[in-house]
Amino acid sequence: MVGRSLRQIVWARLRRDKLAMFCLVVLVIYYMIGIFGPVIGPSLGLDPYAFDRAAISDRGGGPIGDFGGISAKHPLGVEWGTGRDILSQLLWGLRISLVVATSATLLTVTVGVIVGIIAGYARGWADMVIGRIMDLVLAFPFLLIILALSNVMTDRITDLGVPPGNPSRIAYLIIVISSFGWPYLARIVRGQVISLREREFVAAAIAMGSSRRRILFTEILPNLWAPLLVYTTLLLPAYVGTEAALSFLGVGVIPPDTTFGAMLANSVSYFRVVPTYLFIPGTILAILVVSFNLLGDALRDALDPRATH
Amino acid sequence: MAGYVVRRVLGMVLLLFLLTLTVFFLFNMMPADPARLTCGKACSPAVIEANRHHLELDIPPIEQYQRFVSGIFFGRTFSKDTPRPIECEAPCLGYSFLRNTEVLTLIARAAPVTFWLAIGGFLTWMVVGLTLGIVSALKRGRWIDRTIMGIALIGYSLPSFFIGLVLIFFVILDWNLLPFPQWTTPDKDLGRFVQTMLLPWITIATLYAAFYMRLTRNQVLEIFGEDYIRTARAKGLPERIVVVKHALRAGLTPIVTAAGLDLAGLLGGAIITENIFSLPGLGSLAIGSVLASDLPLITGITLLTAALIIFANLIVDLLYAVIDPRVRVG
Repeated sequence: MVGRSLRQIVWARLRRDKLAMFCLVVLVIYYMIGIFGPVIGPSLGLDPYAFDRAAISDRGGGPIGDFGGISAKHPLGVEWGTGRDILSQLLWGLRISLVVATSATLLTVTVGVIVGIIAGYARGWADMVIGRIMDLVLAFPFLLIILALSNVMTDRITDLGVPPGNPSRIAYLIIVISSFGWPYLARIVRGQVISLREREFVAAAIAMGSSRRRILFTEILPNLWAPLLVYTTLLLPAYVGTEAALSFLGVGVIPPDTTFGAMLANSVSYFRVVPTYLFIPGTILAILVVSFNLLGDALRDALDPRATH
Repeated sequence: MAGYVVRRVLGMVLLLFLLTLTVFFLFNMMPADPARLTCGKACSPAVIEANRHHLELDIPPIEQYQRFVSGIFFGRTFSKDTPRPIECEAPCLGYSFLRNTEVLTLIARAAPVTFWLAIGGFLTWMVVGLTLGIVSALKRGRWIDRTIMGIALIGYSLPSFFIGLVLIFFVILDWNLLPFPQWTTPDKDLGRFVQTMLLPWITIATLYAAFYMRLTRNQVLEIFGEDYIRTARAKGLPERIVVVKHALRAGLTPIVTAAGLDLAGLLGGAIITENIFSLPGLGSLAIGSVLASDLPLITGITLLTAALIIFANLIVDLLYAVIDPRVRVG
C-alpha cells in the first residue's frame, strides 16, 4: 500500500461524496457567473441599469404580464416602477455578494489566524489581553453597531482614497463584517496552537534556535490548515447571509446597484401581487448558502481522522 | 470556588468599564450634532448653541464620559440652568432630547415586546432542537436521522428574514390563516397576542433550532462513545441511571452554555424579526434611533445589550464551574 498525504486522502474521500461534488460544481458555477456574468452579460443584451417603460404599466408601474413580467426579453421579469431587468440585477448583485463574502472571509481568517497564533503561543499577559479584547468584541450587538456607524465610517473610507459611493460602502461592509467575525476564528486557532506548542517538533525548532516568527508561521501554521479549511468553508455562507441581512436592513450598496438582501427588502411592498420578487432572489440565495454549508460539512467529515473509509 | 468567582466578577467589572468607554467614544465620533436635532428647521445658531450647553456637549468628551458614568450610579440633571431642569434618577442611561424622554423609560417601554419574543422563540427552539437532536442521534444513519439533519441544514442556511417573509406570504397573505401582526400584551388580549407572536416565534426558532439539533446530536453521539458510559453499563447500572446521571451531566453543559448566551443575545433585540413583523421591541427602537441619529438612545441600547451578554457570560461560566469541577482550576 502506497502512503498518501492527508491532502490526497481528503480529496479522494471528497470525490466519492456525490452530494459534495455536486455542491462544488454549483459553487463553481456561481463564482463563474459572479465573475464573468457582468462581463459577458451586456453582449447578451443584459443591463441592470436600463429602464424599460414598455415592460411596466403606465398606471402604478406594475410589471405587464404574469410572474412579474416574465417574457423573452426579461426571463425573470422586471422591477416594479422602472422596468429594470431582474435577471441582470441578480447577476450584478451576485458579484457584489460574492466579493463582500469572500473578501470578508479572507480578512477574517488572516486576522483570526495571526491573533490566534500569537495568543496561543504567547501565554501570560498577551494571551489575557487578547482574550479580554475578544470578549469585548463578542459582547457587542454587531448588527446595531454596523447600522449606527454606517454613514460615518463610509465617509471615512472615502477620505482614505476609496472611490466614493458604492465602492466605499462595499469596503465598509467587508471591514465591519470581519471586525466582528475574527474572535471566533482566533479562539479556535488559539486552542489548536496551545496543544501544538507542546509537541516535539516545536521543541526541536526552539532547540535549533529558530526565530519566533519562523516557529509560529513555518512550523505551527501548516498544521492548522485542516480546521481552517473547514471553518473558511462554513464562514463564507454565514457571510453571504450577513451581507444579505445588512442590505435587507438598508446598509450596503444603494441603487442603481443592488444585492439579494436589497431586492428582498424591495419585494416586501409588492410580493402580495408579484410573489416572484420574493421567491426568485430568495431561492437563488438559498441554493448558494445551502451548497456552501453542505460542502463545509462534507469537508469536515473528510478531514475527520476518526473516519475509516 | 470562591477565588474563581471573585476572579470572574472582577473580570466582568473590568469588561463593563471597557465597554462603556468603547461605546461612548465610538458613538461620540459620529458627526450628527445632537444639539441641531433639538429644534426644527427654523433654528438660529444662538438657540443651537444654548441647547448644546443644556445637552452638556460643550465640555470635553472625557468629562462627558465621566458625567455619563456617574449618571448611571448617582443620577444626573439635564438643562440645569433653565426654568425646567430634567431630573434623571439613577440608573440614568441618558436622555433622548429628540423624544423628550429618558432613555431608560424608552427601553423599559419596548422591553416587554422583546422579552416575549425571545422567551417564546427560546422555548420553541429548545423543545424542537433538543427533541429532534436526540431522536436523530438515537436513529443514527437511518432515514429519520438524514431527514432531520437535512431540515437542520436548510433551517440554518436560509436567512431568517427570508423565512419570515415566506411565512408572511403564505400564512397571512395567501392562506389567510392569521391576521396581520399587531402587538398587544398577553394580559390584554391573549388570543391576539398568540396570533401576532406565532410567526415571529417560528422565524426566530428556525435558525436556532437547526443549530441545537446538530449540537444535541453531536453531544449525544460523543457522550455515548465515551469509555465511562461503557464502564457504567458494564458494571450493570440500569440504562436510566446511565443516561440521567452519567451522560446528561456531561452532555448538557455545552448546550446550557450556548442556550444562555443565545437567549441573552436575543433579549438585546431581535432586530430583523422585529423589523419584518413590525413589533415595537428593542430591535425596532434601535433601528429607529439609528435612523434618527438619536445618539443618547443608541448609546443606551448598545450598552444595555452588551452588558446583558457580558452578564450572561458570567452566569454561564459560574454554572459551568458548578457542573464541571475541572473549570475552577484552570
